[in-house]
Amino acid sequence: MEHTSTVSPEVTFEHHHSDEEFKRRVKKTTILLSILTVIELAIGLLIYNLNKGDTNRDFLILCFKGVVCILTLAKAYYIVSVFMHLGDEIRNMIMTIVVPLMLFIWFIIAFIYEGNSYKNLRNKYDPYFKETTMPKEKGKATHQEEKPVIKSGKE
Amino acid sequence: MGANVLNMSTQATTAHQTKWWSGGKSPFNLEYGKVMMWYFLMSDAFTFGAFLISYGSIRFSQNFWPDPNVVFNAFPGAGHANLPLAFVSVMTFILIISSVTMVLAVHAGHKGDKKGVMKWMVWTIIGGLAFLGCQAWEWHHLLTGEHAVLVGDKLELIPQNMRGNPWGELVENSSAITAALTNSSHETLVHMAHEYPKEGMAASMEALEKMTGGQLAGMIDVAHAHVREKGPVAFGGYFFGITGFHGFHVFSGVVINIIMLIMTQKNVFQNKGHYLMIEKAGLYWHFVDLVWVFVFLCFYLI
Repeated sequence: MEHTSTVSPEVTFEHHHSDEEFKRRVKKTTILLSILTVIELAIGLLIYNLNKGDTNRDFLILCFKGVVCILTLAKAYYIVSVFMHLGDEIRNMIMTIVVPLMLFIWFIIAFIYEGNSYKNLRNKYDPYFKETTMPKEKGKATHQEEKPVIKSGKE
Repeated sequence: MGANVLNMSTQATTAHQTKWWSGGKSPFNLEYGKVMMWYFLMSDAFTFGAFLISYGSIRFSQNFWPDPNVVFNAFPGAGHANLPLAFVSVMTFILIISSVTMVLAVHAGHKGDKKGVMKWMVWTIIGGLAFLGCQAWEWHHLLTGEHAVLVGDKLELIPQNMRGNPWGELVENSSAITAALTNSSHETLVHMAHEYPKEGMAASMEALEKMTGGQLAGMIDVAHAHVREKGPVAFGGYFFGITGFHGFHVFSGVVINIIMLIMTQKNVFQNKGHYLMIEKAGLYWHFVDLVWVFVFLCFYLI
């Protein structure tokens, strides 16, 4: 089955997708990306309305934000895998791109934790900062102080 | 069809069994330029990632952060109408569609279809320019649209820029606002009376400028003005910095696509016998779309 590609000597193995199959895949991916975006927008508007309400719904809002993050990762997967054809490349190529990106797992957790910790320390030792920046409305102030605990879970 | 499936599965097995590291062939089974484009995009992903994570870090270090639905609620030609997320969804769909047209251009290139490549490249370029136009409008709107903010004991009109953020908490204490009106500058009152007049009290700027502060204060519909406190200053730097960096990528993508279009038109790829350059430009263009997915998430949705 091995043969030299017509386009480049470095390509020794080629996938052949039929025209029809290609069109079906692109159509499917486009519809999928659109649906995911519409769901994201719907959740965005939902969060907006939850924010407007009088009752404290911080945890619910946090859950919805998590859902939006997961949907975004799904969109990124489809763009990279189908539109950028990374899914069609051989495993060696996929790994050389995906493995270094794992650094992001540490990167995100470490720096978000850092920012959160800085906030907690300032609220503890800098009363002026706390007084001037802490939201006062809707009796949220007491709940706001609990919020970091939900986010880092390590205090 | 059955034979086709069988053929593909044999191919997949071949790819799996090939000793890619045994020498004599590229272990990535990809042309050099394309591998390098992937590595460039990976490094660019880290650049954008670092920017966005820095934004997240600052955001988590604040007790208050503006609600994006309050900041981004305008639509061209809709005046003061409150339309959260509407305009940015238009921008997002423009970029998704231009990504699809780029896929079609790359596919036409596979088949050596010069006309097809040109047609889809033109659509991709139009999509890119439309996105840039939308972004220019949004920036202009944020930089020039002034909002009433309670600063100390007086009201000020400030836009969203690198030095100020007018999206703090909504001031619900209307007596504080009424008191602040008496301390505010004449110019601020003129603009506020012009933008947010009480029912039947709309007047021209010339007429308003001749009035005294007391008269003007009585004409302003305070509830309609949505007076807020000052928000975190970092918001502007991060928003304009990151969307600007992304916009710069879109701009350079459009330039690359235009060059590819001209080269296609001049038969450069036809004579080479392949359209690999279109594929590389396509990778870059999809990456720009990919980054927007995350910018959209970080700035507009959460």
